Parts: sequence; C-alpha cells; structure tokens
Amino acid sequence: MIRDSKTVRIIRTALVSVIALVLIYPLVWMVVSSFKPEDLIFKDLSLIPRQLTLENYAIGWLSSGRVTFTTYFYNSILISVLAVIGNILSCSLVAYSFARLEYRGRKLFFSLMLMTMMLPVHATIVPQFAYFHKMGWVDTILPIVIPKFLATDAFFIFLIVQFYRGIPRDLDEAAIVDGCNHYSVFYRILLPLAAPALITTTIFTFMWTWNDFFTQIIYLRTPTSYTATLGLRMFIDRQALSQYGAMFAMSTLSIVPILVLFVTFQRLLIEGVATSGIKG
Amino acid sequence: MKKMDKMAGYVFLIPWLLGFLLLTLIPLAYSFYYSLTNFNLLSDPSFIGFSNYVKMFTRDFHFLNAVRVTFVYVFVSVPLQLLFSLILAFALNKGIPFLSAFRAIYYIPSLLGGSVAIAILWRQVFGMDGILNMLFRALGLTSISNISWIADPRFAVWSLIILRVWQFGSPMIIFLAGIKQIPNELLEAGAIDGATRMKQTTRIILPMMTPIILFNVIMQIVSAFKVFTEAYIISGGNGGVLDSLLFYTLHIYNEGFSKMRMGYASALSWILLLIIALITLLSFKAFSKHVQYH
Repeated sequence: MIRDSKTVRIIRTALVSVIALVLIYPLVWMVVSSFKPEDLIFKDLSLIPRQLTLENYAIGWLSSGRVTFTTYFYNSILISVLAVIGNILSCSLVAYSFARLEYRGRKLFFSLMLMTMMLPVHATIVPQFAYFHKMGWVDTILPIVIPKFLATDAFFIFLIVQFYRGIPRDLDEAAIVDGCNHYSVFYRILLPLAAPALITTTIFTFMWTWNDFFTQIIYLRTPTSYTATLGLRMFIDRQALSQYGAMFAMSTLSIVPILVLFVTFQRLLIEGVATSGIKG
Repeated sequence: MKKMDKMAGYVFLIPWLLGFLLLTLIPLAYSFYYSLTNFNLLSDPSFIGFSNYVKMFTRDFHFLNAVRVTFVYVFVSVPLQLLFSLILAFALNKGIPFLSAFRAIYYIPSLLGGSVAIAILWRQVFGMDGILNMLFRALGLTSISNISWIADPRFAVWSLIILRVWQFGSPMIIFLAGIKQIPNELLEAGAIDGATRMKQTTRIILPMMTPIILFNVIMQIVSAFKVFTEAYIISGGNGGVLDSLLFYTLHIYNEGFSKMRMGYASALSWILLLIIALITLLSFKAFSKHVQYH
C-alpha cells in the first residue's frame, strides 16, 4: 500500500467531518427546535436554544383533540410488533425449506421469491384493496399485518436463507442420526443458531413498518385507527404553518424508537447492510 | 425418511406459497384485468379494452408530467447519490479516526430518510422561511432568499433529489464492504508493477467492484421509482405547483384511491412495472460485459 502523507490525512479527516456535520445538522436542528417557543423557530439557526419549553409537545400530542397521539402511537406499536412476529415466524420457516430441504420445484420457487423483491407494491395494491374491502378489513390493521404472516417480505427470507447456509450441515445430519425429524432440527438447531439474522429481521421489520406510509394511508381511514405517521400527516393536511413547533415535536418523538434501536444494535445493523444489501 | 423429506419441504413452504398465490400472483393477474376495465370498487368492473392505456398517452397530461418528474428525479438523484457514496467509501477506507462513528452518522439519514418526520423537516428546510433561506440571509444572499424552493416549480424536484443524495449512507456501507474484500496482494502486485494510486483505483478496485456497483444501481433505481412519502408530504398530497412534485406513485395513489378510478390506476401500475422490469434488464445487459465475478 502507498501511504498517505500526514497533510493528506488531515485534510481527508477534516472533509469527512464537515460532511458529517452538514448531514446531521438539519436533524439536530429539528430536535432542538421542537423545544423552542414557536416564534423563535423561524429566526434561529443555532443548535443551542435560548429558551426551553415543552409547550410544542403538549400541543402536538393533543393533535385534533378528539383523537390524540396516545392512540396513534399505540396503533403504530401494535402494528409494528405484530409485523415483527409475522415476519420472524413465516420467514424463518420458509427459509428453512429453501436452505435445507430437497423437493421438486424448489429452484423455481426460490427464483420466483427473489423476483418478488423487485416487484413494486403498486402492481398488486388495487386488487389487494378490492379483496380486503370485500372482506371488511379496510380500516383495520389486518391488511397490513396478515401479509407478514404469509412471508411476503422476500428480503428477510433471503437474509435468513443466507444465514442458514453458513451453518454447517453436519449439525443437522448428526441430529437426524440421533432421531430428530426436520421440525425439531429446525426448532432446536437452526433457529437458535440463526439468532443474529432473526434480530436483524426483527429490527428492520419494526423500523420499516413504523415508517411505512403508503400501505397505512391506503388502509387506515379513520383517526381512531391512525398510526403515528398518519397522525403527522394530519398536520400537513391542516395547512397550518403556525404549527411547526408541534409538528417538530411529534416528528421528533416518532423517530425516537428508530434511533434507540439503531444505537442499541448498531453493529448488527451495519453488518446486515454490508453483507445483504438491505436498505435502511 | 425420503418421503418425509419431500413433504417437509412443502410444509415449511406453506406460508410463502399462500402469500405468493393470494397476495402476489392472483392480484397481479387481476391488476392486469382491471387495467382493461372501468372500475370504481362500488360496481363491477366493465371491460373497455385498452382505453385506459390510450387515455394515458393521449388525454392525461398529468401522466406525462408524472413520467417527466419521476425520470428527472431518478436519473439525476441516483447517479449523484452513488457517486457520492463511492467517493466517501474510498475516503473512509483509507483509514480515518473514529471510523465506526462516522459510518454510523452517515448511515442515520438512510435509516430515517423515508419517514414522514423527515419529509416534514424537508418541507421546512426548503420552505420560504426554512433553514436554507435563513442561511442565505445570514450570508447576505438576500436576492435568492425569498424563494420557496418547494413551491417554485423550477426547483421543487431538487429538494427531493437532495433528500435522496442525503441518504447515501446505505450504498456507501455496501461499497465499503466491497472494497475491503479486494485482496491486498492484488493492490501490492499492482504497486510493484508501477501502478499509481489513480491506476490502482481505475484498473483494479473499480473493475473488481462492478457486481456491487450493479447491485447498488439497480436497488437504488428501483427504490427511486417507488418514492411516495416524500412526494406526498412535501407537496401536501396534490403533486405541487404545476405538477412539479407529481411523482408517478403519487399519480397512481390519487387516481386509484382519491378519485377511485381503480381500473386506470391499475393501468398506471402496469406501466410502472414494465418500466422497472425494463430498466433492471438493461442494467444487467449494460454491466454484463464488464462484470467480473470472483
């Protein structure tokens, strides 16, 4: 390797730091502004507030008055947790089938599964909506949650398949010799060993469902079934420029769970992105 | 034993088989059928042949606007984003103090980028009284500080382009992992043969990384075509002034779920599907000459 001179290294570090600051500045500014009195937000670029207040949080939380962010956050948590359970159950099962079992049609199914990763949700949303509408599921969480139990997030199947493939087959074969069937090999051997892939699946499913807007705006129609993202949208619909403080306060709250998960599982998540190309 | 094996394969596959049939394959077929009909959910679909497709190209000027806005967005933002992420991956790879902290900070925008919260922030940043204009005023650039960058149709799409470039962290991490996999001996051998830094990069590192570059190009293009949240929130759901933020998916949403023209929305979706399939195919073709597998 050719070594860089000291000056080059200093310049590079400085540039990388400046870019990091520019990237993160708007985000930090929003969080800080959510604690500023409304009339100061639009006058102040600094990240150190001169006056602190929780008023924006109080106003924002009340939302429309009849339905508050208590409902929206409750719905977001419920949907996200159920989506995680669905994805973990269904994707780990299906991945076992693809990674370890031999049967007719497996290769075809596997490539079909990979193709669904590229399929835009828009291509199926209208018939799905018509379907769920007929079943009386619109304005419930079912159209958002049930598909997760049917392994529709192919990304995670792929992620777990890759992980299973890295586990030595000798382990399952030894277990089969000892009298285990496939169900217990799956449950007792592969599943516990695949914990890192399952945690990655859990976190990304939670974050994606938490941030999802398209499916939620389509299926959730009345404020009592709204999630946090739809609650935030209501600020926009009211076209109320004077509510930026409240909007920033609730926006800040809505990204807290994501940031907490990220900070806690940072290494695992970044490895997940690096090895499987999951988008954040 | 053998017999049980065969059954077990299908048993474990049941969730996916059901999901694929009920939520992908059948809806996909129905979506094509609906695209040939007039359908508003309340009455049965009535068959009208290819009229929806004809209407799209002849009478729906919103469609042409949406195609234009989306193409500009995709083909400006994705190259910028990937170029940026490639350059920073090289910079980080050269060794930098606090590498993991920088990696984490760079990744945060990718993590939050698609959320409503960030879209709301962007509305403010590029609005009339936003951070950008406050900055221009502070720098004395008053002549350009009275423009609402999201309401002016000349600039509106740029706020979304910047939003995507802002999210360069996740492709950067993938590039960084790719660079690290290139064996050091290869670079040393190059250096012994007299390769300069520039030559090492263009002749050894970049060719070795073509599969990863291809992967990122396809993933980012596909995801850029599907942008919805930012377009909806920043334009307030209506596609902005003179359709300047009428992204393709927003047009689908407005036709299908606001105006309940579900047959027409299905036709729009099929065009999107074809565009994405075609671009994926073309990227594979364009790269297949240069891709080196190792």
